[in-house]
Amino acid sequence: MKSGRRITYREAVREALREALVKDERVFLMGEDVGRYGGAYACSRGLLEEFGEDRIRDTPLSESAFVGAGIGAALGGMRPIVEIMTVNFSLLALDQIVNTAATLRHMSGGQFSVPLVIRMATGAGRQLAAQHSHSLECWYAHVPGLKVVSPATVQDARGMLWTALCDPDPVVIFEHANLYNDEGELPGDGDPAVDISRSAIRRAGNDVTLVGYGGSVKKALTAAERAASDGISCEVIDLRVLRPLDDATIITSIAKTHRAVIVDEGWRSGSLSAEISARIQEQSFFELDAPVTRVCSAEVPIPYPKHLEDAATPQVEGIVAAVRTVMRK
Amino acid sequence: MIEFRMPSLGADMEAGTLLEWLKKPGDAVKRGDIIAVVETQKAAMELEIFADGVIDRLLVKPGARVPVGDVMAIIRSSDTASVPAVKEPIRSTEPFGGLDASTVAPPSALPSSSAGQELRITPAARRRALELALEPASLLPGPDGIIGLQEVEAAGPGAMPTRAKGIANAEMRAAIAGAMARSNSEIPHYYVSSTIDVSRTMTWLAAENAKRSIADRLLYTVPMIRAVARALTKAPELNGRFIDGHFQPSTVVNLGIAIALRGGGLIAPAIIDVNRLSLDEIMQRLRDLVARVRGGRLRGSEMTEGTTTLTMLGEDTADWIMPIIYPPQTAIIGFGRVADRPWITEGRIISAKTVTVTVAGDHRVSDGRAAATFLNRLDQILQEPDTLC
Amino acid sequence: MLNVDFAALVKASLFSVAPDLEGEAIDPDVPFRDQFEFDSMDFLNFIIDLHRRTGIAVAEPDYSQLASLAGAVRYLKSQIDSQGAE
Repeated sequence: MKSGRRITYREAVREALREALVKDERVFLMGEDVGRYGGAYACSRGLLEEFGEDRIRDTPLSESAFVGAGIGAALGGMRPIVEIMTVNFSLLALDQIVNTAATLRHMSGGQFSVPLVIRMATGAGRQLAAQHSHSLECWYAHVPGLKVVSPATVQDARGMLWTALCDPDPVVIFEHANLYNDEGELPGDGDPAVDISRSAIRRAGNDVTLVGYGGSVKKALTAAERAASDGISCEVIDLRVLRPLDDATIITSIAKTHRAVIVDEGWRSGSLSAEISARIQEQSFFELDAPVTRVCSAEVPIPYPKHLEDAATPQVEGIVAAVRTVMRK
Repeated sequence: MIEFRMPSLGADMEAGTLLEWLKKPGDAVKRGDIIAVVETQKAAMELEIFADGVIDRLLVKPGARVPVGDVMAIIRSSDTASVPAVKEPIRSTEPFGGLDASTVAPPSALPSSSAGQELRITPAARRRALELALEPASLLPGPDGIIGLQEVEAAGPGAMPTRAKGIANAEMRAAIAGAMARSNSEIPHYYVSSTIDVSRTMTWLAAENAKRSIADRLLYTVPMIRAVARALTKAPELNGRFIDGHFQPSTVVNLGIAIALRGGGLIAPAIIDVNRLSLDEIMQRLRDLVARVRGGRLRGSEMTEGTTTLTMLGEDTADWIMPIIYPPQTAIIGFGRVADRPWITEGRIISAKTVTVTVAGDHRVSDGRAAATFLNRLDQILQEPDTLC
Repeated sequence: MLNVDFAALVKASLFSVAPDLEGEAIDPDVPFRDQFEFDSMDFLNFIIDLHRRTGIAVAEPDYSQLASLAGAVRYLKSQIDSQGAE
C-alpha cells in the first residue's frame, strides 16, 4: 500500500486531466491558452506536448463560440472538458450554458443529453479588481439541468473530474484561484475518483455548524481553530456540491449544534448562503437556538486595493466574529 | 432625567451587588419592566423600574457593589408629569397605600416574568423548556434579552437553584438570623392566639377540589390566605409598616408568604394586593412564588412591599407557632397544623378539624385587642367558606 | 400496562418536582416528608406530574396512600389493575 503523497491543487487538477485523457479517447480539453501556454493557471502544462493538438485545443477569445462548440461536440458523442478562464468571462457564454447545455435533455424529451464538463476558476483575493473577481457559483447553482461542484481540497480536485466526465449531463466545476498553490494529501492507493453528490464534514464539533465551499473552506477551518481556543467547538462542513445541495448533512449537523454560520464569497443578497439559510429554517426551525448567520462579500464591486479587497470579502476574523455572535458571546 | 437608585430590598440591607443589566442604553422601558438583577445576602432579586422612559446611561458595571441609595442608571423620562421613578423611602405619615397596587408591577397572567415584554425565546429553547415542563415565560433571559438553550438548561432539572452566582445557604441563613435577632430585640412582640374550627372550610375545599381538574386543585393554604387577607381589613394596625418611628397603615394587603428554602432558611416574598385576586389567582401566585424562591428569582417589589406576613407550619409538624415579625412590618400571623381534635359544639364533644392561629403584633403599634378582633373576624370568615371565592 | 416499572415512574415524578433528590437513596417505606423536605405544594406538584405521566388522577382522600414510594407504587398498581379488570 503506497503511503499518501502531497501535491498542489494545481498538480491534482493536471493529474486528473491527464488521467481522463489517457483513459478515454473521447475526452479532449478546449479553452483559451490551455495548449501552448499550458493553461492560464498552469493546469495543463505539458499536456499539449503529450496528447497533441486534436486533444488539447486552444480556442479563440470567444466564450460563446467555444462553449457552443463544446456542447456540439458533447452532443456528437465526445466528452469535452471546456475550460473557461474564469467565471467572470463565462457570462459571455451564459446563453449557451443555461439555455442550451442545461435544457437540451428536457427540450428533446430525453433524446439528447449534453455530457459536457466545464471548468472555471473563480473568486477574489489577487487584486484583479471588479470585473475579474466574481464568485458567481450561485447563479449556476440556480439552474436546473446543471450539476455544480466546488472542490476545496486536493483530493476533490483530483477526484471530481472523472466522476463529472462520467455524468451524462453537464457539470460545472469551480476551482477557486487561491487554491491552486495549496498543498494537500492524496491517499496512496485506490481509485482517486470521488462522488459529486455529498457534502463532507472537515472538522467535527458540537457548538456551531460552519458551512462553506471552495476557497472559504480553509478560512472556515482556520476560524474553527481560533474559536476552539475560545472554548467554542465548530463543525465545519465543506459543501463540495452546490447543485444539488446535500441538505441532509447540514440538517444532521444542526440537530447537534443548534447554530449555523454560512461562509459564502458571493455577495450576500441572493447568494447561495441565502438558499442554504432558507433550507435550514425550513427543515431545522425547531432546532435553532440562534438565527442563521452569514459571512458574505460586501455589496460592492470587488475593489482593487488589497486592504479594500480584503475588507470586502469574507475573512477569518469575520467568521470568528460570526461564530461568537451565534454563540451569544 | 430620572435617577434609578439601588433600592433597599431588606430591613437591614446596606448594599447590593449588581449581577447583570437586563437593559442597555437606548432601550425603551416602561413601568414594571425588570431592568437589573442584584444580589443581596438573601437572594438574587430582580429590580423593576417605576417609570416610563429610555435608558440613557448605565453607571454601574456588573460585579460592582452598590450601596443602597446610590444611582445606578439614568433614564430619560417620557412621562409628562413628574412621577417618582424610584421607590423613595417613605417618610410621610400618610397611609402607606399612597403607592397603590396600580403602580406596582401588575401580576400578569401567570406565570409572570418580565412584565409586558414580548418573549424572545429561540425555537430550540422553547422546545427544550416544554421537555423540561418549564414555562417559557418564567425563564430568565440572558443579558441580551434572549432565552436560549443555555437559559433553559440553567433553569431545568439537574441545575442547582439558579441565581446568576450561587449564594451559599449559610450566608443566607446568617442574614435571616441577623434580621430575626434584630426584630426580636427591637420590636416589642405580643402574642395572641386562638384555636379555630376549620371543618367547614376543609369540607368546602374538598368539594371544590373534587370539581376541579387535578392541575387546578387548590392547596388548603389558599382559602387560608384569602381568609387572613380579608380579616386584616378589620385590623389595620396589623397591616402596614413601621418606619422612622411612625406607623403607616396600608390600604391594600400585600401578604408575605413564608416559604422554606431547600436546605434550610425561610424567605417571605409578598403576594401583592391579595384581596383583588381570585382563589385560582392566589394559587397561581403561590405556585409561582414557590418555584421562583427555589429558583432564586425573586423581584425586588416582592421583598419590600409586604404589609404583613403569613407563616404556616405544614402538616405533620406542630400545633402552634410564635412567629417573629419581619421588620418593617408590624405583625405576623402563624398557623399551626390543621388536625382532627376534640371540639365542643352545642354542649357535645365532637371531632373537628382545628387550627391554632397565633398573631404576633408590634406593641408600639397595636395591642391584644387588635389581634383578637382580627382572630374573631378570621374565625367568622372561615365558618362561611362559600364567601371565600 | 404490563411490566411497567412503577417505582421508576414514581421516582421520575419525584425528581421533576425536587430535582435535588436525583441520585439520592430513597427509603421506599418512609414517608417522603420524613425523609426530605417535601411540603404540600411539592406533593400536589408530584400528584399532578403523576397524572401527566399515567393519566391517573389521584383523588384527595387517597393522598395519604401515596405518602411514601412503596405506597405510591402500590396505589398506582391497584389503579391500573382495576382499570384492566373493567
